[in-house]
Amino acid sequence: MTEKKLADWWTESHASLYAKLGGEAAVNAAVDIFYRKVLADPRINRFFEGVDMEKQAAKQKAFLTMAFGGPHNYTGMDMRRGHAHLVQQGLNDSHFDAVMEHLGATMKELNVPDELIAQAAAIAESTRNDVLGR
Amino acid sequence: MTNLKYGGDTYPLGKDQSVLDCLVEHGAPVPFSCRSGVCQTCLMRAVRGAPPEVSQQGLKDSLKLQNYFLACVCHPVEDIEAALPHEVLSSVPATVAALAPFNGEIMQVALECHESLEYRPGQFINLFRDPTLGRSYSLASVPQQDEHLHLHVRRLPEGKVSTWIHEELRTGQTVEIRGPSGDCFYVPGRPEQEIVLIGTGSGLAPLYGILRDALNRGHSGPIRLFHGSRNREGLYLSGELRDLVREYSNFDYVPCVSGEEPAPGLAGGRAHEVAFREIADFRDKRLFLCGHPEMVSAAKKRAFLAGAAMKDIYADPFNVNAAP
Repeated sequence: MTEKKLADWWTESHASLYAKLGGEAAVNAAVDIFYRKVLADPRINRFFEGVDMEKQAAKQKAFLTMAFGGPHNYTGMDMRRGHAHLVQQGLNDSHFDAVMEHLGATMKELNVPDELIAQAAAIAESTRNDVLGR
Repeated sequence: MTNLKYGGDTYPLGKDQSVLDCLVEHGAPVPFSCRSGVCQTCLMRAVRGAPPEVSQQGLKDSLKLQNYFLACVCHPVEDIEAALPHEVLSSVPATVAALAPFNGEIMQVALECHESLEYRPGQFINLFRDPTLGRSYSLASVPQQDEHLHLHVRRLPEGKVSTWIHEELRTGQTVEIRGPSGDCFYVPGRPEQEIVLIGTGSGLAPLYGILRDALNRGHSGPIRLFHGSRNREGLYLSGELRDLVREYSNFDYVPCVSGEEPAPGLAGGRAHEVAFREIADFRDKRLFLCGHPEMVSAAKKRAFLAGAAMKDIYADPFNVNAAP
């Protein structure tokens, strides 16, 4: 599949999840809650130190948009490139797990039904190897 | 057919083509990343024409007001002229109308612009000593109230521009300024929202503008200003601020000193520490943080963790290691 086709496939197969979750409004509601959890977590917050919070929040939003099945144009290669410096600093499965935990807790806090949380978690989970550079 | 103007060239926008796609197709060097209206890397500003609302989603209110938009999700319905954020500004001559020291360190500079400058109190301008040497200074003045632009210039050790302003600049002299820029200002709306202003040193300049702007526009929610300095001499405009406290029942002023025993009427500690001591919950509050960069970033994080929404935090860190 070409990148373009891949993107189209993604959009079609996930559009319904994104719609069920409430689209961009849902992402907007989730982003501060999610980012606050991440920043407050001593297991992972060192990876976020010294980074411009505004830019960081925009990235969190991009991540949530993707996990919620929303439109995005990130490729596996982008994921690898974007996290390579963190992998060098020791980013591993335990940190990825922590982020997954916060994703679930955030959605739970927003009263999202479990089955939709599971779908979003599965999308996020599918990036694990790229994020960890494997 | 709508047209896109950028960098002196005009391009016809294809059907369903975004501003970003059009620029990229023509080889214009504009930055971008997610191409889905999220990462804000492709932030641009419409200098003519209005960007569609959908291309402004997720931007800070103060950016929306200035016609900023995300190029990757911008499908204009009318002709539009776009620029990258740093390309927008033009130079304007301004004559020094008055120079008055607030204290040993900080000088108020009043400038009379040769053409009218549209700005929001709290934004900043760049003031040039010569064509290649300029520094950013925040605007403490309020256009509806003050005839001139007011800057608070702190003298920095070996500051090439600040020392020149303090020692050589004279009333009647004309300088070049460029601006305004910056998104740290009061956006009308939600007049009942609580506002917290925290500043150190000459970080009071933007806050003094923002504060008076909010009061003038009838902001009715509580407004608290925490201004900090090492010692008492560093606190300036105290008289004016106390007058405002008497005039507006919703305004409170907390002067703070961190390097000496606080005299009566002053709080002991750094401005942001005093603020966080007095305010535990930042949910639904609007915040303005100006001055020392470390204070600004520490306070930003702390306020966010204490419940402030990211889009309600406005910050203006005074970085002193500016470009040469």
